[in-house]
Amino acid sequence: MVVQGVNLSRGGDRLSDLCKVAIVGSGPAGLSAAARAAALGMSHVLLEKTDHLSDTIFKYQKGKHVMATPSNLVLRSDFDFDAGKRETILGIWDDQAAGQNVNVKYNAEVAKVEGEKGNFTIELKNGETVRAEAIVLAIGTQGNPNMLRCPGAEHPMIQYQLDDPGEYFDEHITVVGSGDAGIENALGLAADDAQRNTVTILNRRDSFARAKAANVALLEEAEQEGRISVRRETNPAEVKDGELVLDTRDGQETIRCDRIIARTGSQPPRGFVEAMGIEFTSEERSAFPKLTPAFETTKPGIHVIGALAGYPLIKHCMNQGYDVIEFLNGNEDLKPADEPILKEKFAVLPGNHDVEHWLDIFGSNVQILEELSPLQLRELMLDSTVHAYNSGDVIFARNEPGSSMFAIAQGNVAVEVNPDDASVTVPIEQGSIFGEVGLISGRRRGATIRADGPVVAIELSRTAALKLIATSPGAARAVNRIAVERQLLQMFGSGLTAQDIAPLVEASEVMEIKAGQKIIEEGADDKDVFIIRRGSMIVEKNIGGRPVFLSYLPAGSYVGEMAVIDGSARTATVKAAIKAEVIRLPGEEFMRLLDAKPRIREKALADMAGRRELNAFIESRKGEFDGAVDMYSETAAFLVDQGLGEATDVLLIDEKLCIGCDNCEKACADAHEGLSRLDREAGKSYAHLHVPTSCRHCEHPHCMADCPPNAIKRGPDGEVFIDETCIGCGNCQRNCPYGVIRMDAKPPKKPSLLSWLFFGSGPGPGEASYSWRKENGDPEQPKQAIKCDMCSGIEGGPACVRACPTGAAIRVSPDKFLTFTKITEDVE
Amino acid sequence: MASKAQNKFQQDEQRRNADHVSFLKHRNWRWLKVAAILTVILSLGYALIDQEPRPNGGSWYGYTLGTIGLLLIVWLSLLGIRKRRPTPGSWSLKNWTSAHVWLGLSLTVIGTLHTGFQIGWNVHTLAYVLMLLVIVTGIYGIWAYATLPAGLSSNRKEMTRSDMIEALTAIDRQLESAAQPLDRQQSDLVIAALGQNVFYGGALGRLTGSYPGCATNRALKNMPMGRSGEEAEDRVTNLLTRRADQLGQIRRHLRIRALLEVWLFIHIPATIALLAALLAHVISVFYYW
Repeated sequence: MVVQGVNLSRGGDRLSDLCKVAIVGSGPAGLSAAARAAALGMSHVLLEKTDHLSDTIFKYQKGKHVMATPSNLVLRSDFDFDAGKRETILGIWDDQAAGQNVNVKYNAEVAKVEGEKGNFTIELKNGETVRAEAIVLAIGTQGNPNMLRCPGAEHPMIQYQLDDPGEYFDEHITVVGSGDAGIENALGLAADDAQRNTVTILNRRDSFARAKAANVALLEEAEQEGRISVRRETNPAEVKDGELVLDTRDGQETIRCDRIIARTGSQPPRGFVEAMGIEFTSEERSAFPKLTPAFETTKPGIHVIGALAGYPLIKHCMNQGYDVIEFLNGNEDLKPADEPILKEKFAVLPGNHDVEHWLDIFGSNVQILEELSPLQLRELMLDSTVHAYNSGDVIFARNEPGSSMFAIAQGNVAVEVNPDDASVTVPIEQGSIFGEVGLISGRRRGATIRADGPVVAIELSRTAALKLIATSPGAARAVNRIAVERQLLQMFGSGLTAQDIAPLVEASEVMEIKAGQKIIEEGADDKDVFIIRRGSMIVEKNIGGRPVFLSYLPAGSYVGEMAVIDGSARTATVKAAIKAEVIRLPGEEFMRLLDAKPRIREKALADMAGRRELNAFIESRKGEFDGAVDMYSETAAFLVDQGLGEATDVLLIDEKLCIGCDNCEKACADAHEGLSRLDREAGKSYAHLHVPTSCRHCEHPHCMADCPPNAIKRGPDGEVFIDETCIGCGNCQRNCPYGVIRMDAKPPKKPSLLSWLFFGSGPGPGEASYSWRKENGDPEQPKQAIKCDMCSGIEGGPACVRACPTGAAIRVSPDKFLTFTKITEDVE
Repeated sequence: MASKAQNKFQQDEQRRNADHVSFLKHRNWRWLKVAAILTVILSLGYALIDQEPRPNGGSWYGYTLGTIGLLLIVWLSLLGIRKRRPTPGSWSLKNWTSAHVWLGLSLTVIGTLHTGFQIGWNVHTLAYVLMLLVIVTGIYGIWAYATLPAGLSSNRKEMTRSDMIEALTAIDRQLESAAQPLDRQQSDLVIAALGQNVFYGGALGRLTGSYPGCATNRALKNMPMGRSGEEAEDRVTNLLTRRADQLGQIRRHLRIRALLEVWLFIHIPATIALLAALLAHVISVFYYW
């Protein structure tokens, strides 16, 4: 070290401590960057806050299989990486970091960054400083755990993680935090009496509302047995040696304490990043820092790569580490590693042009892509597909499922607006978009679209389109305006032009509605009309002092026009079944449109008559069959509660018919590689109608929200499925509110049914027991996410329904099932 | 291509428009109608066709009835295979069950007509009696399937089987520590209750729902009734009551499940015996032609 210092010192000014680049975070991105710097002979320092490399992967559970998707992306890094066990990967990186002279500084947590490009001073938590000309932030998105907010928060007896509760004996341990992590830690510490620990858990509030019910039940049980002392409405006031002072409802109290486990959540790194003067693309939680093609932030000299830049996959991170150092080293001709992928993608386009040519055309021709930087455009293209169509080709057909959005780069398309007559079309021109209704509503395509002349179009996957809307305000505005206009045109059918409805579009307003929030209140005399463009609504009427369920309104319906047309007060209440988005149309504008277009008025009147009839029918039945109406109303409310409001295809079991044979589960397992994707018994029931734990194929699947390899897609029959690129991270399982996704390894093949029947070999029909799978399976088989795929591609449709011997199991859609006749009909 | 997708969509939409209809009523009683028509035609044939010297399994009409009966029996027994093979294709097990039930019932008539009312102590009558045994147990099965599931569902109260066992385990853990302060005699009773197998009682207990040797109930009887003033005793009594309730739910569940399944223990072996007897019946008939 001394020798190096002398070598680099020049003329008394100790330049030795000003390195070219400081890399913060030693995950895949940071490591790869440091390795490239080492290979180029660039002076560098890699700052790691823990005492080991790559903490996120280090914290994976022992033996976890780490995947290397996307498989078509070339790895460009001085470090090796391939799918394998956590230990192997970390071992290789440790060896390579040592072998390639990567300069790592451990236990170096950054507290503050000051200075400008060319001379940054990085202050560490331990008081040291590091100086660098440029900074690469590769800190990921995990953030730091929240510290206790009381004097003594720096005390060494506080820890933020508990790896093995079995290693503590005879201690007084206090757990702070009322979430699942805190409860699980406390239970783990108190599990074995032989450890003789005195465990206390503190909760700021008087109930454990944030934790899972099962955990709370276990904690209350442990409390009753005296194994854990649970202190509610209590905060830590001060941490002292061997003691903890508590603020309780009845004043301060001091307890003995040898160890504190703080589990009060973690702080996302955004605040830390913004404090350096780096801007983000928006206020949204999901926003990323604004970046140039060379990963530079709005603060010159500071670069962001990896998960924090929006690339959560290991290969992307490692490639960016390499690239950012090459850019810093002045290599301006470096082609991104995704070049070959894009080349392959664009090969279908006419004219044999290179990638640059097409990116140029897309960026300048397509309105919604105008604001994007070349880097963003490249990234967007990775998640998108490009198509070249000949004149007359069908791009998509009416009623096809599809949540992707198309942009026309060259040419025009024609929309078949009349389902009965393909010759009635409306044009959409170059530069515009189509398919946005599917994206926003999550419902099927509303019309068939054909190419009108040769067309080059970009198909943005749902994820890519949502990311674009979130990051580019211009794109968001354009999509919104077009979507409102088209939705209005589609709703009123043919005969209206964009000019006719322009004032209405101008006056309209998109509103987000929370689940349960009312948009129309019975008896009120407001006159607005609402189009439901996302989510769904339920209509209720107050009859005899109780709300009675009238009907279910899926996305695409409109509501509220009765009051406008006949000037009456609202006849029913409309509220959101799930989180929804509506377009509010001011009543006066709507009225003006109806006055100008008598045909539209006729259609509205016809719709109105239908609803009037239903209201009258329910009201008349109310007198005669009080029970039936109550039953209908309560069952419908129960089903909406169970997620039917956002479902497209859901399994319902009539428990008056279900004999509990579990043949549905068995058939599910046998139709899908031996693992069942449904749990018949679990789930809620009302009046013998049971909603088992099984995928509802939501309009806007929660599971899709955060899938690093984008492995969750909607298939051709509307099914939501997970493809083989799943990396087994478990995000989807955590995000699904209905608990229908499981993580498991693909089991081995079973002996045939006949050899089981005659010779008893193998585990028999249905899912094999865990022990059989463990014994006969490949231990290297990684765990992946599995869920219902609606038996897509299997002739005959869902196996659970086909295999039900008594007719108890059916799969339905909410708009068809949530009707009076369906729900009240008796089963014999 | 597009029209194929459109067809699939329409099929799916039809499926999504489904309703809960039981296997008996499937497709508006289709298989009841088929079975009834078959029975009526064959009975009319029996009554109107002049069989010489008398109605008998060996006349041409008897052979016709026998062949129809045999084919039906073989096909009906294949339900067990169909149920366990979720192969692709647009079959529905409910459709199969419905046909199984109604055509199976029609066998009482077809089989009887085939005998020509000639009953004796021979392998032919053995096959006939076995067939009736299978049908009678099947009738019990229909009754069970039609009436018991609602009870299964209301007893379950949204709990799965493992939930019920877990709830019991949780009570047991509490009982164990709560019983520490009790005297020797009382704690022995609690230990006996905790030590007894959850599934104690055997087949008879399961079917009747009567468990005279239940250690939990015994322990409960020997605890002081009402509030004794002793905190520990009250706590144990309370926990024992909860344990007895939880056991009750588990036992009711097991009982209904047992009642839903018990008939299969006769129905299926009898079917296999029937197939064997039929083989003997057919071979002997052709051997002694």
